[in-house]
Amino acid sequence: MELLLNKTRLLFFQLSGGHCDSRQDNTVDALNKNLRKPQHHFALANKEAMRSKHQAAQSISKLCVKCKVHPPAVLLRVGDPYCRSCFNDYFIHKFRAMLGKNRVIFPGEKVLLAVSGGPSSCSMLHQVQEGLSVNAHKKLRFTPGIVFIDEGALTGRSLEDRNKTNSELKALFESTGLPFYIIPLEHVLELPISVLIQPHVRSTESATSYKVAVAEFDQNNQSVAAQLPGQEQDPAAVSEVHTLKLQQLMASVKTHTARDELLCTLRQHLLLHTARSEGYSKLMLGDSCTRLAMKLLSNISLGRGAQAALDTGFSDSRYGDVIAVRPMRDYSAKEIAYYNHLFSVPSVFIPGLDFKTSDKDSIQRLTEGFVIKLQSEFPSTVSTIYRTSEKLQTACEAPTALNDSPRCVLCLCALDTAAENASAFQATMISEQLSQKKSPQNDCLPTHKGSTDKTQSSSADCSGLCHGGSCCSNRLEPMELKTLLCYSCQLTIKDMSSLEHMPNYIISETQRRLRRSQMKAEISNFLLD
Amino acid sequence: MAAPTSINLEFGGGAELLFDGIKKHHVTLPSQSEPWNVKQLLVWIQQNLLKERPELFVQGDSVRPGILVLINDADWELMGELKYQLQDQDNVVFISTLHGG
Repeated sequence: MELLLNKTRLLFFQLSGGHCDSRQDNTVDALNKNLRKPQHHFALANKEAMRSKHQAAQSISKLCVKCKVHPPAVLLRVGDPYCRSCFNDYFIHKFRAMLGKNRVIFPGEKVLLAVSGGPSSCSMLHQVQEGLSVNAHKKLRFTPGIVFIDEGALTGRSLEDRNKTNSELKALFESTGLPFYIIPLEHVLELPISVLIQPHVRSTESATSYKVAVAEFDQNNQSVAAQLPGQEQDPAAVSEVHTLKLQQLMASVKTHTARDELLCTLRQHLLLHTARSEGYSKLMLGDSCTRLAMKLLSNISLGRGAQAALDTGFSDSRYGDVIAVRPMRDYSAKEIAYYNHLFSVPSVFIPGLDFKTSDKDSIQRLTEGFVIKLQSEFPSTVSTIYRTSEKLQTACEAPTALNDSPRCVLCLCALDTAAENASAFQATMISEQLSQKKSPQNDCLPTHKGSTDKTQSSSADCSGLCHGGSCCSNRLEPMELKTLLCYSCQLTIKDMSSLEHMPNYIISETQRRLRRSQMKAEISNFLLD
Repeated sequence: MAAPTSINLEFGGGAELLFDGIKKHHVTLPSQSEPWNVKQLLVWIQQNLLKERPELFVQGDSVRPGILVLINDADWELMGELKYQLQDQDNVVFISTLHGG
């Protein structure tokens, strides 16, 4: 395990291409040399790192680096102490700069803030509130709403625990005066199929139209539309049946890693549905820099490298009509925690699925431990990963055609499973096939051709009996679902013991697509293309 | 001879769950010949306050990476980290950044 960590460390430093602080260059070299040596030599390199960090710490001035007047309160980055008021300015300015630099949110637009109760999302809520207040310098110009997803069913919290946290959050949201929605995760079982279908979008607006829109907005002196505060509907009563179904779904997943991934997917679907149904065109997520750095590394380990730009970038346009943005991606977890404490930003801590689990239970936890530990010795770790991720861009174009590239049913990203000759994916599939025991009837290469044959034969006998709707009583074979998934979602499904607890909308959409592709194959000779 | 030092401890960001869910603790450290420093405070906390899973709070001599320490609302790195000597009525805050959202 240690050797693997070392190798990853070397790879990471190589990838970052020398972005490390010059102070740490000699320790990087020492690390590189020590990779081949046994562990106790690595401990020596650690001590060198600590010494250099302490030397840096001792040379910190006793005054804030910005105003040079007040005594410092916070130590940001490696050696920059800031006093309280300069830190406040710095924090607020970063938020505005992030929104202003990426001109994605247009004036007057409805933006949904996804608040989980944790420090980053509550800080984001606080920043938005500050930005909308009357005396703000350059007011923010959009119309926010708040959504909170109650995941208590999965962490085994009792109903009264969940109600208690929900009412705490309700009080918090009510004090902001913005419309809010508190939605239990059980609602994901009742989502319509339309969640997974990408609507046809108009072409994206350009930078010049942004300036025009801002000028118009200011000219007409429009204030942000007054909204009806409070919740639109009563917090839905959670049915026990649904809670049980959800717990069964999670119990059918064998590994913690896959469980985390599945939870993320379901959460995204629910957020997307809420944004669409309530008319929001933008979704604001509160991922901090630290969390995104961990996400980037664990995504690569999970096989999501192709979607890394969408998963960790500022704007995520995979849904088409709703664009997800991450305005907190420049803030490290330390900065957010300090700000929340010094300026009394209220937040509610809710233990998640991974609380109190061991460090080695899942890929995500392992990566988290790795990044945090590395960050404590090399304080520029997280920002280096962040800067590397900033350079990532999506390879595929924005969807313009109606029937564009196929999308994964779970994560809604473009499929990356075209197994071209001599591609890494094809090599993976071949080795998978070769390493399985000889049972030719149940393992076939998960290519499009292979599975449509299989589904043709299986649906041939039921096509005569039923006419659309839920045929075969929602039974879904993993092989069928695999063809519609991207590589990492395939791995998640592989870790599930059975698919019978999958929410209906996923099963229905899979069956619909399979029928469509089968039909298309049947009439392919007649299509003009 | 240091008189008994009383310290206000606060736990946030999820760390309070390791201390019975209580966020604020007002403790009095027993008197000893030298002034208390943060390193000794950590040992004291581990022995007297920490109810479960010590490895989630303390790692070796210091706090687990990911837990921030503020002394009188200032970063402990500015005060000397473990070597800082505690004074009477000091405020020490431990914030966990590991389970953010």
